[in-house]
Amino acid sequence: MHNMETTESNIQFKPETLKEIDRIIKQFPEGKQKSAILRILHMAQEEFGNWLSVDVMDYVSRLLHIQPIEVYEVASFYSMYNLNPVGKVVIEFCHTGPCCLVGAEKILKHIETTLNIKPGETTSDGMFTLKAAECLGACGYGPMLQIGETFYENLTEEKVDNLLLTFRTMHS
Amino acid sequence: MGRKILLEKINVEGINTYDVYRKEGGYEAVEKALKKMTPDEVVEEVKKSGLRGRGGAGFPAGMKWSFIAKPEGVPRYLLCNADESEPGTFKDRYLMEKNPHLLIEGMILSSYALGCNTSYIYIRGEFMWILRILEKAIAEAYSNGWLGKNIKGSGFNLDLYVTPGAGAYICGEETALIESLEGKRGNPRMKPPFPAVKGLWQCPSVVNNVETLASVVSIINNGGDEYAKIGIGRSTGTKLISACGNITKPGVYEIELGLSVEEFLYSDEYCGGIKGGKRLKACVPGGSSVPILPHYLVTKTAAGEQRLMSYESLADGGFATGSMLGSGGFIVFDEDQCIVRNTWNFTRFYHHESCGQCSPCREGTGWMEKVLHRIENGHGHMHDIDLLWDVQRKIEGNTICPLGDAAAWPVAAAIRHFREEFEWHINEPIKCLEKNYGLVKEPELAV
Ligand SMILES: Cc1cc2nc3c(=O)[nH]c(=O)nc-3n(C[C@H](O)[C@H](O)[C@H](O)COP(=O)(O)O)c2cc1C
Ligand code: SF4
Ligand code: FES
Repeated sequence: MHNMETTESNIQFKPETLKEIDRIIKQFPEGKQKSAILRILHMAQEEFGNWLSVDVMDYVSRLLHIQPIEVYEVASFYSMYNLNPVGKVVIEFCHTGPCCLVGAEKILKHIETTLNIKPGETTSDGMFTLKAAECLGACGYGPMLQIGETFYENLTEEKVDNLLLTFRTMHS
Repeated sequence: MGRKILLEKINVEGINTYDVYRKEGGYEAVEKALKKMTPDEVVEEVKKSGLRGRGGAGFPAGMKWSFIAKPEGVPRYLLCNADESEPGTFKDRYLMEKNPHLLIEGMILSSYALGCNTSYIYIRGEFMWILRILEKAIAEAYSNGWLGKNIKGSGFNLDLYVTPGAGAYICGEETALIESLEGKRGNPRMKPPFPAVKGLWQCPSVVNNVETLASVVSIINNGGDEYAKIGIGRSTGTKLISACGNITKPGVYEIELGLSVEEFLYSDEYCGGIKGGKRLKACVPGGSSVPILPHYLVTKTAAGEQRLMSYESLADGGFATGSMLGSGGFIVFDEDQCIVRNTWNFTRFYHHESCGQCSPCREGTGWMEKVLHRIENGHGHMHDIDLLWDVQRKIEGNTICPLGDAAAWPVAAAIRHFREEFEWHINEPIKCLEKNYGLVKEPELAV
């Protein structure tokens, strides 16, 4: 899995991101910089195409002065990190009990049919990735999904159609 | 109208900003504590208030604080649990989003009480936008002298930071939260040692829920005795309840503990009854981990008494006929819902969220998921019900952390109260795919 040739790659955060990372590392005591890893991985995902390649994880390990394995371990544990390439728009759709009581399964089916993909898959044009997510803390406002940092709540098929259209236009 | 403490000012325009929060009496509790009270006196007030942890377990907050070890020269940490991932629970989010300074003020008071000079809010990664709201409010608190060095000339220093998770229910468990905060996988630790002795970076630490910490503000402003007058018996104060499922008005409500379940569920001030005039089938009153109650045990106990929204009344009857207040995630099922399907769904959740360290939890949740899936889809056998019972019983109490119990209890309760619905799925493998079972019968009372 580890490609030796790429460890010297030219992956680099933007200067303002590096400044932000510096601020975050300072929130922890001397020598405890590893605590910043979850937040930095979120930033890495945002800056390097929505997923964490081995190169990106190795870069983060160098920034934090920790072993690459310490980054892989974390990246593979948490569901918000993508370890494989994903579409431009990642849809996290909540399919946990409370949302299902108010019709989440029907809306999920509708998204699957509209995009012609199942959870875990990406549309052939590379636009959308659909992920089935567990309870996102919006149970009173279901059915719901998350794209980026935004929650879309009280979904209907019509709302979903408009949403998909908006994102498609925004990214093409 | 019930008494409001946490949500009293929630609709004041601009309460999320420092200026408005301050004008409305914000940070007066900190002023009072730092000027007139010793840390031990703050702990004493919280003890007197009877405040119990709002994260799920309901452990008395003041008592938890008094357990913190105080070795010379070792820092102590207060960690706010804002992981909020228990299905059905969405109350902390509401409080943080609308009134972030209330949590910050509660954290300053609590850090002072515990002697912590650095504190963290650990928030679930999906709430990144709330993290930004909190960071903005924290910056305002710093620039107005409520955080940082020598707060308001008291000599007390406090730094407060927010740090995100990244999608893992288990990080709400306090030792997993600590591991995650250390930048590792969220694997719960063996206890002892307890966090109060060895927590974050092996230093004494206290983990408290958002709502618990926010409640400290009113306790300091008005005194622990005043707070203890609200509520009922050992369930003092108010509680945020996040109500969802098949009700007319889902949302976050602050109730005085002791309100009747009937009023909460059916009055227009709260849930507004079952949506569309349907009948109630069941209710999970405290988040997905607590036992489900069939319709006939929701508003009254097995003894025929009125069921109240309190730690004691919801637990009345033990697991045989009661449940738990838990995190306050109130999930309502109407007559059209399928209990087997929901139990399968919840079990899939726990299987997905198991950290995998203990085999009963890792394997047991997956096994139960599989068996429930086949019953739900008309491929079950009668002995599957006993198998499920056996597996859940072998998980409960045999794991490192309570996620195992949390996975076992919903299965046990569903079989206990809805066995006839499980059996119907097995006896009617075709019909169960087309329609739902409806209400279960209330068992005859043995006289
Ligand atoms: C699997 C699991 C998940 C939990 N999730 C949360 C959570 O999201 N928020 C929370 O406050 N407590 C959660 N808890 C409870 C915490 O471990 C801990 O008891 C609580 O944060 C203590 O705060 P309190 O005493 O103020 O309630 C969880 C416990 C378990 C076992
Ligand atoms: S009970 Fe489950 S979640 Fe808890 S430590 Fe064991 S395997 Fe992990
Ligand atoms: S169940 Fe969907 S947000 Fe909680």
